[in-house]
Amino acid sequence: MSTLEAVLADGMTNDMPSQLAAHIATTVAAPAAESVDQDSRFPTEAIAAIRDAGMLGALVPTEDGGLGWAIEEVARSVTELAKGCSSAAMVYAMHQIQVACLVRHGTGGSLREFTRRVAREGLLLASATTEAGIGGNVRNSSCAVELDGDRFCLTKQAPVISYGQHADAVLATARRTPSSPPNDQVLVLCRGENLDLEPTSEWDALGFRGTCSRGFLLRAGGAVDDILPTSYGDISSQTMLPVSHILWSSLWFGIASAAADKARRFVQAAARKNPEVTPPSAMRLAELTNVLQQFQDLVLAAQERYTEMWHDHGQTTSISFAIAMNSLKVSASTLVVDVVQRAMLICGMAGYANRSPFTLGRLLRDAYGAQLMVNNDRINTNNAQLLLVSRG
Amino acid sequence: MEERIKTVLATYGRLPDPVESLGRGDDLYRAGLTSHASVNVMLGLEDEFDIEFPDSLLRKSTFESIGSIEDAVRSLTASSPLSA
Repeated sequence: MSTLEAVLADGMTNDMPSQLAAHIATTVAAPAAESVDQDSRFPTEAIAAIRDAGMLGALVPTEDGGLGWAIEEVARSVTELAKGCSSAAMVYAMHQIQVACLVRHGTGGSLREFTRRVAREGLLLASATTEAGIGGNVRNSSCAVELDGDRFCLTKQAPVISYGQHADAVLATARRTPSSPPNDQVLVLCRGENLDLEPTSEWDALGFRGTCSRGFLLRAGGAVDDILPTSYGDISSQTMLPVSHILWSSLWFGIASAAADKARRFVQAAARKNPEVTPPSAMRLAELTNVLQQFQDLVLAAQERYTEMWHDHGQTTSISFAIAMNSLKVSASTLVVDVVQRAMLICGMAGYANRSPFTLGRLLRDAYGAQLMVNNDRINTNNAQLLLVSRG
Repeated sequence: MEERIKTVLATYGRLPDPVESLGRGDDLYRAGLTSHASVNVMLGLEDEFDIEFPDSLLRKSTFESIGSIEDAVRSLTASSPLSA
């Protein structure tokens, strides 16, 4: 039985994205999560199930063969997947960020046809935005697209391309021409058949170990039509940055929810043993729930805010919107650690132990990545500067 | 006014090429204006013309060319009795 059939057999739902993702999370992603983490390996099973369910084309409009989901539907599916396996959810989320850029800005004929292929064939897309020697600022590039007639070529030292070796294509940033300033960037579709990725570093990290975020020397070529027509500055502010922060915060909320769920079950197990005494940890669970609800409302409000203004370029390129999206990322990435830590206090040694139904080690390690993937210091520094002219 | 705007751009825009080489309609972002530098240009303009950009003008398109900056500054100084 396919995933879709299994979910449909459970009864009709008005939230297909959450239900499909929850099904994959519990039946495929969660059972493999420990081995993905232990071996720092790609979450092959979960991504295959996601592909089979058509979810790699979730954001592609139905007329182009996709599921036609809105960003908030994808965000809810990310949350559900993260409850089973943070790494699988991160691969899925990062892929969707690339698809969002293609759907919204890949307007040319051949890019549109490629977007249809993403849905039809379940192609997996990765991203190469960071570059060696630019100090982590993705709005600068050192490498440049070189044109030769109707062909381009590009060489980029990418310190990180998450799941690069498992992707069917990579979207890379580069300067528009070799004489362009560092911030005049374009986004280039590097198709698998035109792409050479030479690994330059390993991925053995504290958390998100299944994202296989190795460094690569990227060499790509292709037709000039594979250069997205919109400047990367606009793609970034209108789509890549808000979609990233919304999907990531939804993912971190999934991690927090998984930890909270363990804490709840731990407290309830203690309560059942001695129904006459409310366990002391129940108070901590109440406090955790306050933070979790705050987290949920933060994430849901951001999903709604973006869905409302998604088509209004004036609003999505405004300073107040940039501040709001930056603030979302900083808050959500901090809250996830707070919630998992609270769950750890509740579960005590059972949470600290690696072999225990209440183990929280992997969730805590994954949670700490949130503040570093685009470092919060960088984001707060950006916001500090934007606030010098913001009118509140 | 265009000269005063160019002076602010030259001081705070951190553009690789001289401001004199830019036409009124040239895209400043493509000329190397980063979002960080554009905020400094906004602050410089607010000081130079004694204005405050309202929220509705705090978007990328306002600062994309010398011409669009001039339109924005003009719309703000027009309502001020002290405008030069």
